[in-house]
Amino acid sequence: MNDDLQYDLIIEPGRGIRHYWHDIWCYRELFFFLAWRDILVRYKQTAIGIAWSVLRPFLTMIVFTIVFGKLAKLPSNGVPYPIMVYAAMLPWQFFANSLTECSNSLIDNSNLLTKVYFPRMVVPFSSVIVSMVDFLISCVILVGLMVWYRFIPDMRLLVLPAFFMMAFMASFGAGLWLSALNVQYRDFRYVVPFLVQFGLYISPVGFSSAIVPEEWRQLYFLNPMVGVIDGFRWALLGGAFPVNWPGFALSSALVVLLLLGGVFYFRRMERNFADVV
Amino acid sequence: MSTIISVENLGKKYLLRHQAGQQPYVALRDVLSDGMRNLGRKLLGRSNLTAYGTEQEEFWALRDVSFEVKQGDRIGIIGRNGAGKSTLLKILSRITEPTTGRVRIKGRVASLLEVGTGFHPELTGRENIYLNGAILGMHRTEIKKRFDEIVDFAEIEKFLDTPVKRYSSGMYVRLAFAVAAHLEPEILVVDEVLAVGDVQFQKKCLGKMEDVSAREGRTVLFVSHNMAAVGQLCVRGLWLERGTIKSHGTVSEVVDEYLSDGDTAAGVRIWSDSESAPGNERISLLVVRVRDHLDKVSTQLDMEHSFSVELEYQIHAPYAQLRTGFWIYTVEGILVFVAGDNEDPAWRGVKRPAGHYLSRCRIPAMLLNSGRYSVTVAADIQGSELLFLQHNVLSFQVKQTGPTVLDGAQRSPGIVRPSLEWRVERVGEKER
Repeated sequence: MNDDLQYDLIIEPGRGIRHYWHDIWCYRELFFFLAWRDILVRYKQTAIGIAWSVLRPFLTMIVFTIVFGKLAKLPSNGVPYPIMVYAAMLPWQFFANSLTECSNSLIDNSNLLTKVYFPRMVVPFSSVIVSMVDFLISCVILVGLMVWYRFIPDMRLLVLPAFFMMAFMASFGAGLWLSALNVQYRDFRYVVPFLVQFGLYISPVGFSSAIVPEEWRQLYFLNPMVGVIDGFRWALLGGAFPVNWPGFALSSALVVLLLLGGVFYFRRMERNFADVV
Repeated sequence: MSTIISVENLGKKYLLRHQAGQQPYVALRDVLSDGMRNLGRKLLGRSNLTAYGTEQEEFWALRDVSFEVKQGDRIGIIGRNGAGKSTLLKILSRITEPTTGRVRIKGRVASLLEVGTGFHPELTGRENIYLNGAILGMHRTEIKKRFDEIVDFAEIEKFLDTPVKRYSSGMYVRLAFAVAAHLEPEILVVDEVLAVGDVQFQKKCLGKMEDVSAREGRTVLFVSHNMAAVGQLCVRGLWLERGTIKSHGTVSEVVDEYLSDGDTAAGVRIWSDSESAPGNERISLLVVRVRDHLDKVSTQLDMEHSFSVELEYQIHAPYAQLRTGFWIYTVEGILVFVAGDNEDPAWRGVKRPAGHYLSRCRIPAMLLNSGRYSVTVAADIQGSELLFLQHNVLSFQVKQTGPTVLDGAQRSPGIVRPSLEWRVERVGEKER
């Protein structure tokens, strides 16, 4: 069909894929506008505004330090317990927030989905961006803690962005799954808060992954956040927290799988969003 | 002019699920339980039914629709509710995928499907302009360039930094339209936005769309029940009925055909099942009819005799201030007058108990000029809430049977043809 070339756009059943990545590029500004909107709106009419994004991880950190550090007397390998907890709290909060925000993102924006075209992946992606802003803000607390305890990280800090990328991929991957599933099955509205709450305890946030018995260690890395958190601790706190590399490799592979699977599933479900949501 | 949109054999199928109390979305529970049920059936060697174990019915919202749009055309898409107009626009603007056929489009499509889509009530007017622009596919530089123009068109300078939740609905519509109209897409898709907003702004919008299309060669697809707006803006018309094209041609032809269509031309329109009837849980419309001066149901009326319009309806819950009424429009879509049954002194301000009602309005002789008119009916709670509004339920023809004193056998110009009282006096004898 030669005369097809004259046309910019061809709409056919199942034809979406060809333009998809190009479209995402065209709509790149929308990522930031949506994220910007969510950030602007989130703390309107709140008394302490953006401080909430700092307060939540900070208070959780205090509770964990008291419960796991003081009461249960778990080891912290010579690093101040609050710093150890907080180094894990950062990626965990990022992951948990992304999950929560992503899973509701499509439904919250259903008026857009049914009225305007844009690549739907923009929506969960911008939710992750919003959580990333929270992440960056709560990093300030970590710096404060390090100053307070006079703790100086070493050169490994330079690798941190790589681990952050991993956290990002895990968050976006899981977010894609949950946002698409939530459109189809509203049950996930109830699953996600539970998942997030549960995950906080089965991930090594309040304690070090080293206290998991040796024979279960590899299995423990099936939770991809274990690899991410261990990576963060290693990069921030140095030699006291050696990374279990085979386990880490397993976690990384799972993160990649989660992301690719998420993209694939989201793409497949996407064309029906407007009809279902 | 070159073809800018080409639609071939387009179809869109929806699956309707019939199950009592079915939610619009699938709950995981159902998928799991249906899955188990199917598995059970398979194990028992009784594989049948559909994937989810519920009865599904196919419904074609659009079927075998083919047409072409030339660059710079302004096409009005008309049809009853559920005829597939919105589905067509949704496919063209890529919100949903077609089931069959294909569409080829040159250039960018921007849709103005509903007012204020993508507006966030907490954000200010300024912020919403940027946000809405981005949602409609504009780049930041593009928005910046046209920002003043948008603000100017929407007439909201003073409220630019006020959250839009404090805007009046008129301001809201103006801003929404302004952003979309300044988008400069090659194809602008507009769905019923003009239903809101004051008359003056509606005119301005129509003017802007006309301008955009005539001067800059852009194409406009316009869906509306408002025949006046369609007639005024559009050059061509496309009439959809039950998912297929019923007629396609110049706008006046199509609109005329639409208004004189079988259903509306019968002189009576009956809604037999309360599901599809206009109304809600308080009131449902049953019948609308036009009777001539001999009380015969008819669509051919004589200018020199009175006739009446009747609305039969059921009130389910008693309400004070409830009224029904109708609008009479010309074929060109000009509103001739509005009538409301609260003019009956017996029921004025009286609470109407539940029951079956008949409201009848007698329209005097020598009021409407000859021509075709359409009737739009509505019910509301006076001053607060619209209960239903049904466009173009009926149409009728007013005829001039005999020669009139004024113009003889010829039709006098104008919408109304009143018989007026004249007195001519000779007040002086000399020339001044």
